[in-house]
Amino acid sequence: MTDALSILKELISTSGLSGYESEVREVIQKAWSPLVNELNLSKLGSLHGFKHGAAIEPRPKILIATHMDAIGLMVTGIEGEFLRISHIGGIDPRILPGQLVKVHAKEVLPGLVIKPPDHLLPESTAGKPVEIGHLFVDTGLTKQEVAELVTVGDLVSFAQEPVEMAGDVLVGHSLDNRASVAALTLCLQELQTLQHQWDVWAVASVQEEVTFAGAYTSGYEIRPDLAVIIDVTFATGPGTSDYNAFPLESGPALGWGPVIHPVLFREFKKIAEELEIPYNKDVLPKLSWTDADALQVTAEGIPSMLISIPLRYMHTPVEMIAFKDITRTGRLLAEFIAKLPLDFPKNLSWD
Amino acid sequence: MKSLIKKLAETAGPSGREDQIRALIRSEIEPYSQEIQTDSLGNLIARKGEKSKDGVRIMLSAHMDEIGVIATHVDQNGFVRFTGIGMVYPKYCLGARVRFLNGTQGVINSEHTSDAKEQIPLEKMFIDVGVNKAAECPVKPGDMAVFDGPFIDLGHKVIAKSLDNRLGIAILVELIKKIDLTPNEIYFVFTVQEEMRKSGATTAAYAVQPDIGIVVDVTATGDTPDSIRMDVGLGKGPAIKISDQGMISDQRIVKWMKDTAKKSGIPYQLEILEKGSTDAMVIQLSRAGVPSGVVSIPCRYIHSPSEMVNFQDLQQSFELTHALISNPVSLK
Amino acid sequence: MPTQHPSSTEIPTIGLEQIQLLEKLSNACGVSGDEGEVRKIVLEQIQDYVDEITIDAMGNVLAVRKSKAQDSLRVMVAAHMDEIGFMLVKDDGNCQFQFEIVGGIDPRQVVGKTVRVGKEHVPGVIGSRPIHLTDSEERKRAVSISDLRIDLGLKNDKNIERGERAAFATKFFQNRGSLFGKALDDRIGVATLIELFKHAPPNIELLAAFTVQEEVGLRGALIAAYSLKPDMAIALDSTPANDMPAWDGKENTRYNSRLGEGPAIYIADRSTISDPRIIDHFVKSANENHIPYQFRQAGGGSTDAGSIHRQRKGIPSLSVSVPGRYAHTTTMLVRLEDWQNTFRLIYSGLSDISPELFKSPR
Repeated sequence: MTDALSILKELISTSGLSGYESEVREVIQKAWSPLVNELNLSKLGSLHGFKHGAAIEPRPKILIATHMDAIGLMVTGIEGEFLRISHIGGIDPRILPGQLVKVHAKEVLPGLVIKPPDHLLPESTAGKPVEIGHLFVDTGLTKQEVAELVTVGDLVSFAQEPVEMAGDVLVGHSLDNRASVAALTLCLQELQTLQHQWDVWAVASVQEEVTFAGAYTSGYEIRPDLAVIIDVTFATGPGTSDYNAFPLESGPALGWGPVIHPVLFREFKKIAEELEIPYNKDVLPKLSWTDADALQVTAEGIPSMLISIPLRYMHTPVEMIAFKDITRTGRLLAEFIAKLPLDFPKNLSWD
Repeated sequence: MKSLIKKLAETAGPSGREDQIRALIRSEIEPYSQEIQTDSLGNLIARKGEKSKDGVRIMLSAHMDEIGVIATHVDQNGFVRFTGIGMVYPKYCLGARVRFLNGTQGVINSEHTSDAKEQIPLEKMFIDVGVNKAAECPVKPGDMAVFDGPFIDLGHKVIAKSLDNRLGIAILVELIKKIDLTPNEIYFVFTVQEEMRKSGATTAAYAVQPDIGIVVDVTATGDTPDSIRMDVGLGKGPAIKISDQGMISDQRIVKWMKDTAKKSGIPYQLEILEKGSTDAMVIQLSRAGVPSGVVSIPCRYIHSPSEMVNFQDLQQSFELTHALISNPVSLK
Repeated sequence: MPTQHPSSTEIPTIGLEQIQLLEKLSNACGVSGDEGEVRKIVLEQIQDYVDEITIDAMGNVLAVRKSKAQDSLRVMVAAHMDEIGFMLVKDDGNCQFQFEIVGGIDPRQVVGKTVRVGKEHVPGVIGSRPIHLTDSEERKRAVSISDLRIDLGLKNDKNIERGERAAFATKFFQNRGSLFGKALDDRIGVATLIELFKHAPPNIELLAAFTVQEEVGLRGALIAAYSLKPDMAIALDSTPANDMPAWDGKENTRYNSRLGEGPAIYIADRSTISDPRIIDHFVKSANENHIPYQFRQAGGGSTDAGSIHRQRKGIPSLSVSVPGRYAHTTTMLVRLEDWQNTFRLIYSGLSDISPELFKSPR
């Protein structure tokens, strides 16, 4: 298990903003390479790991998607020694002032997101949240050094280092969705010793945070019979106590709603209960805002299941996760795959 | 190219009714196309070039449609109520002249408001076509109109309606005429309905199945008084799109575009657009994915009756696109 | 105890050793009222150099180096050890604590950050409601401190209780000519004073005051000045450099001070009008020694001089600060050369100061 924790820490220390995932993809490639038969890339840069099943061909396919991209910032302008920024993916600008970041310029430069004092901002802003267009990144470099090293379009990622906290808790940025990548990696590890009939396609998809481009295109290319998507969901904590939030360490949240095929929900629930893995029912009245929304409607349609890991402070650099929830998710998924009978698709009736 | 743009700009083609502009484009390019057809949504697709060993299939795309207005009701006094087709900004409509597809001309104005600060919405506006009662009105609900106004040549700069995206069209038309030797198979796609939901590009990409997508469209600038904050401005060359509201350009394509511009001695700018997107957004998601990018022509006052471009930027955008499609594509 | 003097007439400099000391000081946690960790470092550093030392009723460290000359000025130099931070005020259970701000922190700087709690630097998180659950109206309002919590995770195995302090968890680092760290206001003053103490000019009686609770009302300095009874005082602090672009592109006329232009000499702030005789003396010293300097813009802000100059019968005072960006946030930024020049200015100014200075009236 410490192996998975160190993979996860490496994943959340590596840059991979939406549209620019190659660095983190290399880390995942290294981790998956001993666990799968083949690795290749989609046209848009998603990573596909193929592990063949034990049955004779033709074998049905299951696709497991975990998006590898993370939210972050981008340099949109340079004013003297200061950098103007915009966001990639959904970031509440209220968390930005005072955040340490890395500017991926001609070299990686440490930087600080700063809010100018109110008297240098429009009067209407006084005391109120400052929109991202008025914030800057200060790298501490002089105007000339910035002109030499930084270009408009350079990526800016959060620099918050992983913090291990009491009770097997990990804090850091990009746990959305590297925690799920770690869970999928754990699942692949378990499948080294668990036999499975179906072909397994592990997909680390790109651009989920902006367009679901990876999910649509990998779904189209692979055309699986089933898809399971692993993402994160809200954990209870300050500011979140609604029906759609679950306590840390309460196990994976199984999705239920129009995006999810009800047979898949029932199957996962059954297995979780057999294995005594705690879980929650994650009710999703409309969309899930994950790759599941895209995969369900790709080509002829793919019956999809969403499993979510509870996460506090989503989309901030201080996301918090319980490591036990990651290991439980990985195990549940491995057992589901191992138990999948070849004739399962005939059970997939919506009624 | 100026006279071509004038002809294109003075032709109407609101989203969903692109037939007039399509006919004009087709007459310009048919003699130069190895294959040409109009598909079921009205996209005009022409092919030139054969795919060689180190060539790829390129979908080179520019949208034919422009924003417009559509009549919703003719009141008893002959005033025409309307709504927008595509992103129509109310502030640009007040006092604007329009021309319906059937030739009727009119002017937009609004109900009176006592609050000088109020942003008047389209629902409070109407088109006056100069008649006195409904029976005399040559316009009926469902009729479409576009902004009306002459093309103005200021020398270095040019003013016209619908430079979004007649500029892109002009570049594609000139390219298909001029392109000679290329290792690539190039599909020149003039799409419909980009200003609505980009259905044209979606279906065209599905049919063409390109290896890469290049879109030529306009982008906004940040160089007018108290404008939106943006690095792009007139007179600094074509803009290579890094990202916009709907997509992140494939980084390999961005690098290839930058390298090509540098090698060809063409100045360029880098574009990050906060609001708005292009056909590339949907081309990128087609089937198993199509790495895509955009050559953006900087343009002021987009979606107003009088858009403005720097003519040298347009020529350099042409040169960049020419260099991109004439050579082997290297994506590393 | 051996007291050491520099063996040449060269001004001692700020170099790698001093930067490492600053790193230690910056990473230490000492929220106002709880300065122990910083005090410990100060005592370790200066103990071999003191002639007299007292830790007073509030925890100020008052250390004296006697003069080698007759008829020397008694010069008090003050730098405050405390930093802005938080105090945990209510245990909500579930390892979540309500907290209040100690000193002046803009609440907009607090959200989505990591902190260190208590003596053992237990990691904590001040999180934020996920953006997905907010609407655009909510995002137009600043998050209020009462809605935030310091989150210790799933176990409170170090038994953190209400009353404990927390500071931002920033780790000090250098990039090229810039130093980044929390609480450089006023650990940079503390580091400067430590260095000055080690190389005290022999012509003055140096009364070093490492003060407490400056951030909550310049409080430690009140009793420090009363006890030390100096002839004059210098407050060493860090002052904001608001030298970034104005939002509308107009000229920034209210920058307070600027990075890269050397130590900021105060003419006036909200609490003190500096003694002009002292200002003139240091300006002369700067010019003679080719040390760049700037005048801090008058207006708001205060230093320990605000409390010092009003003690007993009055104490002529001056404040000199290292310009620093982003005070009272997770991370401040100063230029190494500004720090070096600040130290040079203080050292050279004090090296030839004498009671003559105060023979003429203010």
